[in-house]
Amino acid sequence: MNTFVTSAIQKLGLLAAGLLMPVWALANDMTTKYNLRTPASGMAEDIYGLHNFLLIVCLVIFVVVFGVMFYSMWAHRKSRGHKPADFHESHTLEIAWTIVPFLIVVVIGVYATPVVMAQKDTTNADITIKATGYQWKWGYDYLKGEGQGISFLSTLTTPYEQRVNQQPKSDNYLSEVDNPLVVPVGKKIRVVTTANDVIHAWMVPAFGVKQDAIPGFVRDTWFRAERVGTFNGHCAELCGKDHAFMPIVVKVVTPEEYSAWVTAQKAKTAQVQAGAQVAQVAQ
Amino acid sequence: MSAVLEPQGLAGQDHSHDHDHPHGWRRWVYATNHKDIGTLYLWFSFTMFLFGGVLALGIRVELFQPGIQLIQPELFNQLTTMHGLIMVFGAIMPAFVGFANWMVPLQIGASDMAFARMNNFSFWLMVPAALLLAASFFVPGGAVAAGWTLYAPLTLQMGVGMDMAIFALHILGASSIMGSINIITTILNMRAPGMTLMKMPMFVWTWLITAYLLIAVMPVLAGAITMTLTDRHFGTAFFNAAAGGDPVMYQHIFWFFGHPEVYIMILPAFGIVSEIIPTFSRKRLFGYSSMVYATASIAILSFVVWAHHMFTTGMPLTGQLFFMYATMLIAVPTGVKIFNWLATMWRGSMTFETPMLFAIGFIVVFTIGGLTGVILSVAPIDIQLHDTYYVVAHFHYVLVAGSLFALFAGVYYWLPKWTGHMYDETMGKVHFWASMIFFNITFFPMHFLGLAGMPRRYSDYPMQFADFNAVASVGAFGFGLSQLILLYVVIKCIKGGPKAADNPWDARYGLEWSVPSPAPFHTFETPPTVR
Repeated sequence: MNTFVTSAIQKLGLLAAGLLMPVWALANDMTTKYNLRTPASGMAEDIYGLHNFLLIVCLVIFVVVFGVMFYSMWAHRKSRGHKPADFHESHTLEIAWTIVPFLIVVVIGVYATPVVMAQKDTTNADITIKATGYQWKWGYDYLKGEGQGISFLSTLTTPYEQRVNQQPKSDNYLSEVDNPLVVPVGKKIRVVTTANDVIHAWMVPAFGVKQDAIPGFVRDTWFRAERVGTFNGHCAELCGKDHAFMPIVVKVVTPEEYSAWVTAQKAKTAQVQAGAQVAQVAQ
Repeated sequence: MSAVLEPQGLAGQDHSHDHDHPHGWRRWVYATNHKDIGTLYLWFSFTMFLFGGVLALGIRVELFQPGIQLIQPELFNQLTTMHGLIMVFGAIMPAFVGFANWMVPLQIGASDMAFARMNNFSFWLMVPAALLLAASFFVPGGAVAAGWTLYAPLTLQMGVGMDMAIFALHILGASSIMGSINIITTILNMRAPGMTLMKMPMFVWTWLITAYLLIAVMPVLAGAITMTLTDRHFGTAFFNAAAGGDPVMYQHIFWFFGHPEVYIMILPAFGIVSEIIPTFSRKRLFGYSSMVYATASIAILSFVVWAHHMFTTGMPLTGQLFFMYATMLIAVPTGVKIFNWLATMWRGSMTFETPMLFAIGFIVVFTIGGLTGVILSVAPIDIQLHDTYYVVAHFHYVLVAGSLFALFAGVYYWLPKWTGHMYDETMGKVHFWASMIFFNITFFPMHFLGLAGMPRRYSDYPMQFADFNAVASVGAFGFGLSQLILLYVVIKCIKGGPKAADNPWDARYGLEWSVPSPAPFHTFETPPTVR
């Protein structure tokens, strides 16, 4: 008896788990496929929250408004013998459905304003990096803070054969570069954007960042990554034929790893410079 | 809106006019009759609709799977650009002008448009413009590939196709301005005695406001593309930073045109829907005057929201906030329109013929586009979604399911008046359901693509976007093929079918239903009197 109960409970548990699996899978999908990317910065978190709030507001409005409409379509149809009423004006209603949406809009505005203000506040950055858009790659220059002076280009590494279907595509197809941008976790990174030829846009969805890179002008944005990992984005402003082939990859590392990376980069740069001097002397 | 239908001395209009206008090809080339010119506009826009649609199918074929299959990135960018330009300037806008030509004189009791020869000219200008756009695919460098927004400085890198597009847009702009002057003059001066402004049908009202918008902003577009032209060839540097210009200035000028432009494409759609809903609800339009004020408010607001297309250019904080608040406000008058349509349907006596189906489909799907518009108006969310497929989904919801569905509704609604025959109702309903279902299969998944961060105008994409792109491509082909049903229904209706009554829908309002079906070549030579 006891074993029977236990086994029944086990079976029920398995059944429940089996039933919950698709729900769990869907919930998991929800965070990756059907919604904004999982936030990795406070700003992206705020945007995610704002979007959820607005989505709920819009869904409620949609369901209420079209609930009324579909009810009316069902109830007030000629085939059910409904005779048309004769009203065609109501100042009360007109005022009500002007004021109520206006108030909803005000609420949305109040909720969104602090996020806009935070997003535009690029002061007090720990590290400033310039991102330059080229047709079709990104250049990064560390302008200020730890790592100042580091400078490199970041180019797509997906082989051409994969793009033209002569090789199977890897998981990181079109989201992989030779030199990713490296930043420390938890530090405020100010990204200054500009471009060399046409307008590009530097975007990393997980950080809630997208900023046009405009030739001849500098603009800025910022992010503070909250967890280590590799995050990707893509050029978001049409910039010519290889617009789809200049991804952005950001590697967020611990401060210690970052310091080590900076040292290594500086050593590499010194080596290259020394090599160049030797070459000059040899000439 | 109390243009109650009465026979208005039509006996005098029934005599034959066969002798006083040319026949054969001359009838169309020398056309000065508003109905003939309206027909020309409608066929022209349908042709361009199919052309632009084929370009879209090229895009969807390439995006069916990741990797480059049939279309190289260079050509891909030409397809996205020309699809946009042709659909906006060649299909949607001329289709509404076609409706204005046919219906405005009939609805206000005028004998024709005010300037018959200018009317002819404004139509025939469009043909060379369309040929220029189509031919630009075959010149060295191909068609313009800078996106329909033609942002500088990418436009400075384009080949001769860019110059052809600029020339085509200049011509189309001139045509639009002439059309607008004609429509405004007709509406303000040629209304039947007794038809005061506040008695005009909603379609006429929306076109009056749209025509003013067109006159206000088409010259702005002309300015932007002329600056592009002189930057390209005559040594100016409006958009070249190296010589003191500013590429972002182009965007400000373009969107000062571009945002009113999207209302140019939706206000007449509101007008058509406002004609159809009351007829099939057998009830007067609810809140007529508030509808007029809402339309005017939308038009005025459209001039102060342009920079919401530019939240990622890096405007100052005050700019972001101003354009965010102003954009949100548009939701208010737009909501008023939706609520008024609902109140019109409420306690009516509804039937659901094809025009009504498309009108209701319009309200539902356009509202989805409107709500995603509210979501996009919030600057931080817009920055996350700007230039992703979310935006592509949003504007196709308002332009395809909005403007285009309203145009379809209008075609089915007035087809009996135009041809004198009833169309095939079953096939009309098939067209509606096929369009509605395939439209959503095509564009709904694009919301998810955009949320997940897939940028628009991409000829190839990472693996995680593959599933929804495949779905969208299948839907696009279904949607494209569904439009051939419309062609079939219209041709069948022109060739024959059950005789249409003068007032086939038992509409209670609208002077167009007081003339015979098909509408004779000349109508209202003696103006009717509106009580």
